[in-house]
Amino acid sequence: MKNLFKKYEGKLPLKVINDLKENMPKNISEAKLKKILEETVTEYNKMLVQPGESVGLVGAESIGEPGTQMTLNTFHFAGVAEMNVTMGLPRIIEILDGKKNISTPMTEIYLKKPYSQGKDIKRLALSIKETTLKEIVSEFVVDIAESKIEIKFDEKKMQDIGVDYPVIQKSIKANFKELALSKKGDVITLKLNEKEKELNQLFKTKEKIKEIYVQGIKGITQVLPIKKGDEFLIITAGTNLKKILELDFVNKPRTISNNVFEISSVLGIEAARQVIINEVYKVIENQGLNVDIRHLMLVADTMCATGAVKGVTRYGVVKEKSSVLARASFETPIKHIFNASLIGEVDNLNSVVENVMLNQPVPVGTGLPGLITKVKRS
Amino acid sequence: MEDNEITVFKKVESIAFSILSPTIIKKMASAKIVTPELYDKEGYPVDGGLMDSRLGVIDPGLRCKTCGSKLKECSGHFGYISLARPVMHIKFITVIYDLLRCTCRDCGRILIPQNKIQSYMGELKSIEKESSPEERRIKIKEIIKSLKTVNKCPYCKSRQQKITLEKPTTFLENEKRISPIEVRTRLEKITDDDCEIFGLDPNSIRPEWMVLTIMAIPPVTMRPSITLESGERSEDDLTHKLGDIVRINQRLFENINAGAPEIIIEDLWDLLQYHVTTFFDNNVAQLPPARHRSGDPLKTITERIKSKQGRIRHNLAGKRTNFSARTVISPDPMLSLNEVGVPKVIAMKLTVPERVNEWNIEYLKGFVETGPSNYPGANYIARPDGKRKKITDETKEQLLEEIQLGYVVERHLMDGDIAIFNRQPSLHRMSMMCHKVRVLPGKTFRINPTVAHPYNADYDGDEMNLHIPQTEEARAEAETLMMVQTQLISPRYGLSIIGAIQDAISGNYLLTKEGRYSRRDAIDLLLSAGITDFSKLSKKDVVSGKNVFSVLIPPDFNFTGKSKLGEEMIIKNGKLVEGVVDSANIGGGKGLMLRNIHKKYGETEAIKIIEAIFRLGTAVLIKRGFTIGISDADLPQEAINKINETLAKARKDVEVLTKEYHDGILQAFPGRTLKETLELKILELLNKARNETGKVVSDYSNKETHMMIMADSGARGNLLNLAQMAACVGQQAMRGKRIEKGYNERTLSCFKKGDLGPEAHGFIADGFKKGLNPREFFFASMTGRDSLMDTALRTPKSGYLYRRLANALQDLKVEYDNTVRDSSRKIVQFDYGEDRIDVSKSDGGIINVKNIIKSIK
Repeated sequence: MKNLFKKYEGKLPLKVINDLKENMPKNISEAKLKKILEETVTEYNKMLVQPGESVGLVGAESIGEPGTQMTLNTFHFAGVAEMNVTMGLPRIIEILDGKKNISTPMTEIYLKKPYSQGKDIKRLALSIKETTLKEIVSEFVVDIAESKIEIKFDEKKMQDIGVDYPVIQKSIKANFKELALSKKGDVITLKLNEKEKELNQLFKTKEKIKEIYVQGIKGITQVLPIKKGDEFLIITAGTNLKKILELDFVNKPRTISNNVFEISSVLGIEAARQVIINEVYKVIENQGLNVDIRHLMLVADTMCATGAVKGVTRYGVVKEKSSVLARASFETPIKHIFNASLIGEVDNLNSVVENVMLNQPVPVGTGLPGLITKVKRS
Repeated sequence: MEDNEITVFKKVESIAFSILSPTIIKKMASAKIVTPELYDKEGYPVDGGLMDSRLGVIDPGLRCKTCGSKLKECSGHFGYISLARPVMHIKFITVIYDLLRCTCRDCGRILIPQNKIQSYMGELKSIEKESSPEERRIKIKEIIKSLKTVNKCPYCKSRQQKITLEKPTTFLENEKRISPIEVRTRLEKITDDDCEIFGLDPNSIRPEWMVLTIMAIPPVTMRPSITLESGERSEDDLTHKLGDIVRINQRLFENINAGAPEIIIEDLWDLLQYHVTTFFDNNVAQLPPARHRSGDPLKTITERIKSKQGRIRHNLAGKRTNFSARTVISPDPMLSLNEVGVPKVIAMKLTVPERVNEWNIEYLKGFVETGPSNYPGANYIARPDGKRKKITDETKEQLLEEIQLGYVVERHLMDGDIAIFNRQPSLHRMSMMCHKVRVLPGKTFRINPTVAHPYNADYDGDEMNLHIPQTEEARAEAETLMMVQTQLISPRYGLSIIGAIQDAISGNYLLTKEGRYSRRDAIDLLLSAGITDFSKLSKKDVVSGKNVFSVLIPPDFNFTGKSKLGEEMIIKNGKLVEGVVDSANIGGGKGLMLRNIHKKYGETEAIKIIEAIFRLGTAVLIKRGFTIGISDADLPQEAINKINETLAKARKDVEVLTKEYHDGILQAFPGRTLKETLELKILELLNKARNETGKVVSDYSNKETHMMIMADSGARGNLLNLAQMAACVGQQAMRGKRIEKGYNERTLSCFKKGDLGPEAHGFIADGFKKGLNPREFFFASMTGRDSLMDTALRTPKSGYLYRRLANALQDLKVEYDNTVRDSSRKIVQFDYGEDRIDVSKSDGGIINVKNIIKSIK
């Protein structure tokens, strides 16, 4: 039976074969299986795209048309009531624009075995979150006379996120080398050196100290442990995939961020392509619309074809076009025409708009094949 | 197309872009323009003026002095003026700036040592080969940037001065002005090889051409003057601008010849520069735009090309067409799906050309004889040499004599002609489909109601366009590729997009659910649906509705599906054995029964069945009577009590929550403030309450009411709509939150400050039937306006996204080797969609293996 499937591997896509294997009733006779496979191949061949099919435009229509039906409501509560995620049309625009800074970056951190069952989940989550000094301090006292700053710590909070005094002292020292530092109980005292005894300086220093990074991963502003199915995972607002993947309790293959650019720099262009597909699909599905994944694949592939993520804008995909007139018909026509004239560019009229401009058949679909006949000469 | 014998068809292979050199401008010019005057006293164009008759004709009856052709035949000829002093071309100013800064001021060589030039050239060439000319441009910019700091020529060792550009068009070297003459001489010194590094093509471009010494004057056909009613002539903006240039140029000439002081010459020179600059672009940042006397800015060359209303997007990428019509649409279920009802008045204006041959000459003469004012007649005949003659009642006898083989008769539109029907916005390919014409009385286009969905049309005044393809090739293509039946499956998701709607669904639902008819009545029903073959109808005196429906189904059709409410529907050997038909089976989208019929029997059969189902459904309703009234939303007292209880409980719960909040017992969600947590919890609570009232409504409402029948069959409306009418409209939410805007700490002045109760934040406890009180109405209006705004803001955004996508992807196509490539033949995908399946031929995007396994016994 397996051999039979193998024989069809070149004739059918792998996904269909797997589908067949899954749905095949057990103890099926060889002859019947062969019949089914043959039938599938006929079906498949009927469904093949024809050469010349203008798949690009069909794809653009398929994504553009439902765009009018999508809501503009930017925010949506993604399953959990606690976190905002950009959804709807703005999110699609954001992805297809190839924006470097997206409005709600997020990471889904899957965990390795003992932790994925909920072990230490809260502590792990908090240890990822970027913590600044002010979050674990209960009181700042500025002593103007002595020109020193006393920082009183909230030890309960420190325990929650798992920080101890040496770490804090170290990070303060790293940032303010010239300060004299002393510790007494839950109070750390900082003394300014003689030269900077001005009052202004004192307050400035205090404000700076507040923002000192203590622990966690930079860029992660919010963490949220949630249960999905029968496993725990951590959702973060803000992303720093590179750093997160370095953590040892993280299930690396499954952890993913929603920032296309970050993915492409950390995991490579193929991963970025997949993220574009997944993210757009997620939004469309969420809106209760139905768009075939092939259209999204085509868009993602065009965006990633050069090896770097290019947005569907005049600076991205459109700029890469070989035809001057095609570029000019999109945006900034004057710029394109003058630049073309400088380098003596030649437009070979290989695509659609140029030929529309010249009232000629376009080289897609039925415009593609030519007909050669023998003419009888009289 | 008409005259293959005499017309030579040429195809434009490619278009090269370049800069006109002074020699070429002179060569292609047919007149030298020397005077700003346009017309003499008699109103004839002045020789050497801007409207010189050698530049083309714009007046009917005159002939072009250059080519001898008449108006509309002569496309115009260029002229030229020689400028008294050279002038910078505004569009090349940045290039000139780069060239000046990166070349030696003495010897004109590029400021790169000879040994490095080679490596740069190699790099540039490889970049252009591997990626686009655009990438190369970026690299060139980098090189130029690196040259800014070089201040000694590597060839003649002379020191370089700092050159700055004082926008828009003045160059300064050490704060001293470089005149365009000087600039030009410097540019002349640059060698061809060096030009290449700057990205200039040495074969077609010399840098000094960017400083104009003579200027091309566009033909008059490009800037026609309009004769006003008063007989006065109003000149085009370009002519005005050119007039300024010529006038100043002449004055400058005179002043130079008269030996005027340098300062006057300089001033005139600057003025000339200004006019030439605004001639090319009237929107230069540092210059005041040139204006009409009325104060409107002139529309010069750049403005003509640019933007949506410019030449490229308005006239080149989109064009107007003849042989088209537009009017209001209205529904007509008696038409076939692929027909369009065309009003007779329109049919008599639109024509189809037919060529006269031995077999149809009598047939076509018939049309000519009927003439243009009777139907079906003809409006024009065309001779083989292309000369068209209008048929009138007077000329028709004579034309009838004249007609020979090879003539073309443009006859009126008739039944069965091919037409392309379209409704804007044309968002997908189903917005433009091919229909067969049915000439009907009346003044609107008629379409089958089921085909309205792909067009997204309704009949509240929508207008649609009709186009008549004029060549055999176009007709064949429209018929095989765009006919309605070829578009049944949406390429977006691979399911049918056309299916029964509204009355057709509720009608068939009632028919198959409760229908019992006498055989006579059943036959009556079927006849009104256009069925004449009753062999499948039971011979008994009383016939079930299921049996009547089965008559429409092909005898060997087997299908098992789920109805909208989850019951099974089984069709065995073309007979509906169990279940009811509703939107889940005969509707569009996931209408699976239709999808299977389409697959098994083909598209022609499918549209026939859809039509029959539609007509049967409406016939049933006409016979039975179908209407809704306000009593459909009535609820028994018990239900009303229950709803009130639910709402009272919800109110109480909210109170409890608010109290917890005020007492500080409420636990905040992580990452949320206490207030936000409270809001979220209240929102959840109230939504739950509304859903509960909805459940009560569905439990207690009478299933026999027509409103419920419509909801259950999926024809129109749903339980939520009913619940909102009968019980409770529910919470009005904006941006995912309860309403909180308005006055300080309250939404309306009738509430206390800080009131967190349901009513104070947009909870509408009443139903539409009972009516809303003023504040509830106000909240409902708020969300109503909000969603209106949303739509208004979304449309342009999604439209722009669509335009960008279409522009980016338009040239992707599947090649003969099954790869997807763009126009420069770069591979985008090796297999389309990874499996080469065409979505519009697939089964919802996949091969349905389950069905295949089932079908093989």
